[in-house]
Amino acid sequence: MSSVRDWEASNPIKEGRQGVFGKPVDRYEGPLKVTGAAPYAYEVEPPSPAAYGVMIGAEIACGRIVAADIAEAQAQPGVRLVWTHANAPAQAPKGTRKHPRSTSPSRPALEDNRVAYFGQPVAFVVADTLEQAVGASHLVRLSYAEEPQNSDFHASLAEAVDPPGEEDVEIGDFDAGLAASAVKLDETWTTPIQNHVQMEPCATTAWWDGETCVVHTSVQMVKPAQHGLAETLGIDRDAVRLLTRYIGGGFGGKGQTYDDLTLAALAARELRQPVKVAFTRRQMMHGTIHRPATVQRVRLGADRDGRLNAMSIVTWTHCHRDGQFTEHASNFARSLYAAPNRLTGHRLVKLDLPGAGPMRAPGEASGTLSLECAMDELAEQLGLDPIELRIRNEPEADPETGKPFSMRQLVRCMTEGAQQFGWDRRNPKPGQVRDGRWLVGLGMAAAIRGNFLLPAKCSFSVDVDGIVTVRQGMTDIGTGTYTVLAQIAAETLGVPLEKVRVEIGDSELPPAPGSGGQFGAATAGSAALDAGMNLRKALAELAVNDPASPLHGAAVEAVAFHDGLIAVENRSETLVDLVRRSAPQGLAAEGEIRPAADARNWSQHTYGAHFCEVGVDPVTGETRVRRMLGVFAAGRIVNAKTARSQLTGGMIWGVASAIHEGNAVDARYGSLINQDLAQYMVTVQADLGELDAVMLDEVDDKANPLGIKGVGELGNSGAGAAVANAIYNACGVRVRDYPITPDKLLPGLIRAGF
Amino acid sequence: MRPFTYERAASADEAVKAAAATPGARFIAGGTNLLDLMKLDIERPQHLIDVARLPLGAIEPAGGGLRIGGMATNSQVAADPQVRRRYPVLAQAILSGGSPQLRNKASVAGNLLQRTRCAYFYDTSKPCNKRAPGSGCGALEGLNRNAAILGQSHACIATHPSDMAVALVALEAEVETLTPSGEARRFPLAELHRLPGETPHVETHLIPGELITAVVLPPPPAGGQAYRKARDRASYAGGLASVAVAGARLALGMVAHKPWRATQVEQALAAGATPAEAIGEELKDAATAGRNDFKVTLTARLAMAALAQAEGDAA
Ligand SMILES: Cc1cc2nc3c(=O)[nH]c(=O)nc-3n(C[C@H](O)[C@H](O)[C@H](O)COP(=O)(O)OP(=O)(O)OC[C@H]3O[C@@H](n4cnc5c(N)ncnc54)[C@H](O)[C@@H]3O)c2cc1C
Ligand code: SF4
Repeated sequence: MSSVRDWEASNPIKEGRQGVFGKPVDRYEGPLKVTGAAPYAYEVEPPSPAAYGVMIGAEIACGRIVAADIAEAQAQPGVRLVWTHANAPAQAPKGTRKHPRSTSPSRPALEDNRVAYFGQPVAFVVADTLEQAVGASHLVRLSYAEEPQNSDFHASLAEAVDPPGEEDVEIGDFDAGLAASAVKLDETWTTPIQNHVQMEPCATTAWWDGETCVVHTSVQMVKPAQHGLAETLGIDRDAVRLLTRYIGGGFGGKGQTYDDLTLAALAARELRQPVKVAFTRRQMMHGTIHRPATVQRVRLGADRDGRLNAMSIVTWTHCHRDGQFTEHASNFARSLYAAPNRLTGHRLVKLDLPGAGPMRAPGEASGTLSLECAMDELAEQLGLDPIELRIRNEPEADPETGKPFSMRQLVRCMTEGAQQFGWDRRNPKPGQVRDGRWLVGLGMAAAIRGNFLLPAKCSFSVDVDGIVTVRQGMTDIGTGTYTVLAQIAAETLGVPLEKVRVEIGDSELPPAPGSGGQFGAATAGSAALDAGMNLRKALAELAVNDPASPLHGAAVEAVAFHDGLIAVENRSETLVDLVRRSAPQGLAAEGEIRPAADARNWSQHTYGAHFCEVGVDPVTGETRVRRMLGVFAAGRIVNAKTARSQLTGGMIWGVASAIHEGNAVDARYGSLINQDLAQYMVTVQADLGELDAVMLDEVDDKANPLGIKGVGELGNSGAGAAVANAIYNACGVRVRDYPITPDKLLPGLIRAGF
Repeated sequence: MRPFTYERAASADEAVKAAAATPGARFIAGGTNLLDLMKLDIERPQHLIDVARLPLGAIEPAGGGLRIGGMATNSQVAADPQVRRRYPVLAQAILSGGSPQLRNKASVAGNLLQRTRCAYFYDTSKPCNKRAPGSGCGALEGLNRNAAILGQSHACIATHPSDMAVALVALEAEVETLTPSGEARRFPLAELHRLPGETPHVETHLIPGELITAVVLPPPPAGGQAYRKARDRASYAGGLASVAVAGARLALGMVAHKPWRATQVEQALAAGATPAEAIGEELKDAATAGRNDFKVTLTARLAMAALAQAEGDAA
């Protein structure tokens, strides 16, 4: 196994001779997406006309289906089939893993009469047209025997237990440390359920090509989706060809598959015809996972100089009764600030709500909403600037494990951000600054998010036209994967970007873990670099061994690649000439990346600092973000444009978490109240003024051979806290129950005399 | 969506005739509300009469005021120079609603007749007296943060979500209609909508099949105008409360089953009360449902701000 030391060596990416690495290259598929030319899974043209499937969601949260009357629906014109648990085709029982190395077990649809959450797909109609299917779906009559359910998180905190296999982490003696502290804080924050509300709902187009099930679906990870479907259908994994070429947002919600995939495949087999199935916007809310709500208790103890002596964050959260997902909102705090006495942990409540699961920056997105506000409150108690407080608690090594940081530029993010943003203009006394009808305030918060590398493979080939093709079972969920892989290929093989083709999103391509946990670009890109290096070597060997090549006889190590040429000193020829002459079938090479054996010897994260200026209308409690700046340190940046988009997108999500976004549970029904994009509030353009993200120069050689890190989730981390802190600075009101909507701000504003 | 038939009316007369002759018929204009509700199986018309292209879109002077055709789009009305100059409260109200795409499609008539945004009304698995009379009210003991505070009943606590209608009520607009028998009617807009009482599914005083042809504005009242809306985000969000001020007249939005003319405020102000006292008069009858208590305070504060803004506008 390799060592991170191996990654310190130079490579074409670090040399950057082609000049495309790091540049703000436009997303290749951007024009295709905005003009409608990119076929999303539901829009893929099948080989023959498709039938349309519509799912029907359960109207209870817990119980059984006792009767299903499908006769009237079946009798409707154009209806091809109506399924419930009573007549759905046989599938492998849930959790089956016939192939021992399947990355996902079976996920049968309509498995039995049990209803485990509101909105669970319990019936399915296929018709010749979508309208016929929807019309007939209203005529399916299901009778339920309801059973008692509990979906009230806040009323169930007393039932919370340690998540499976976890216990609190205590360093030093937290209680004693807190007791001995001169300045203390003990406050509780709450965050609501959030839905992913990707622009593109989960959807599948499926057909059978002989014994092979071909599915185009919208999913972040190719292999688990392919394996899970094969397990469900009880067929060979190779008998499922799964494609996911264009994806309209994932955010973690498409890290798994749903019944659209299973039902489309089953119905296509039954009808011997392609079938399309999509979730509706309303069905997405319950039928797919959500970020669970949290309650977070933060306790801080510091000396009068602002040095933390004790720090604790304990998170209560929930997941589905049959699940075990835990929103690890306390974990990020283990690496953020120095404090000798520390206590972090989680408590989990099982509820009869739909499945909780990962959402962009799982853990950090929720957790920073408490601790980063607590730091603001503590700074105020101490009469310290919030940045100064953080600097005083900057650890030299990971405060929990003692491991060295691979790279940590948090302080630089804060100080450079402060300067660029004009932090010195902040009046530490809240409620002092007016601009017309608005009270104006500034806030900041730190950002941290772990950085990861997973195993991946990739293949590269070059053809007689000099076109380099990257092939990888990777996905692009709107983040720019196509584009950054092309940049890596262009840089590695010294060809212009236009000479690179990228094929991803296909189960037949060399496997990569997909998009998630902000590991995508680093993981896929590192495998691509390896494949590219191997292809370079193959090309170099071809040239130096070919008497017809001007490079003949040169040392392989001396061969350079740039501008479509292969060269040794002043001898060169074009790649096209070489391949045409010496490898007319083209040339290919494989590559892979594995985490280094010693990678865990370092504490490795990405960092940032958010700065925000808000206006609060003291009459109504409405908040608008006037300015926001994020400064980030996240390794070498592959593409200045896509990275900035990821970071600003994350920041906007942070704004939403602070003041707009969240779903509420009607515990009588176990259902979420906001079921469309008019009711489920995400931040819109009009809520935001200036917004920018700046990336510091950084190379983290311990991360991967490219020295890059993830940016996809970092922007979410801390952004909401900066907004909340700015709200406090604007009006002097602390609301610790997110989102900070007008109704929550008003009582404080009135008390404050506004 | 259930199957339905469709026709495009050639004239207003034909439209009402067709509506009278066809059971289960409904007019459709921009479709931004009706189509959504049909897709969700909340509205189930058997026949649609498309009135969007009827020549009812003109905005023209009438009797010192302005006649706005029922099929004028929300965007057209908000952009009309007469409206902007003489009835700024109306332009402000319209522009605070929906999104540009919606306003481009939405008609004046359709906007008046849009249905509530109550979440329980939209979720067909929940009880709702408005959607399924007699099934109960899901919101009453539910998540009723945006429920009505004035004029509600135990059968329904929903609000009327229109912004435009609030300004029109403050401007004392009238509605012109064509009845199913072909007669033209004209009555105050404030009398168009009903309070929920025991029959929240009956929302207006229109006869079934009656077509709204125009809204008529009297000359603008003396004094300033202002529209203020509080909402959960800056755009594309229904209001938590809104206030329209036109001279000495004031109307409240999103607080009741209909746009609420605040006559008690007007009278108290005329009698010399301070704005705070006057608004207190109107809101002393306010009742809340548990999660919407803040709306009383919010409405009062918004009304004072709107009055001050209108005063500034007049100066
Ligand atoms: C996401 C979203 C957000 C919105 N936000 C706001 C907001 O913030 N503020 C706001 O005010 N509105 C808002 N709206 C509502 C929007 O303004 C209405 O949907 C629109 O005004 C309806 O007009 P329409 O022409 O599309 O009506 P349609 O949908 O065509 O019809 C609505 C109703 O009016 C009837 N009708 C139409 N024309 C006539 C006629 N001439 N005579 C008699 N009956 C007729 C129809 O039969 C139907 O019952 C929002 C809508 C959406 C979808
Ligand atoms: S408030 Fe009215 S619309 Fe809402 S659930 Fe109750 S009856 Fe239905």
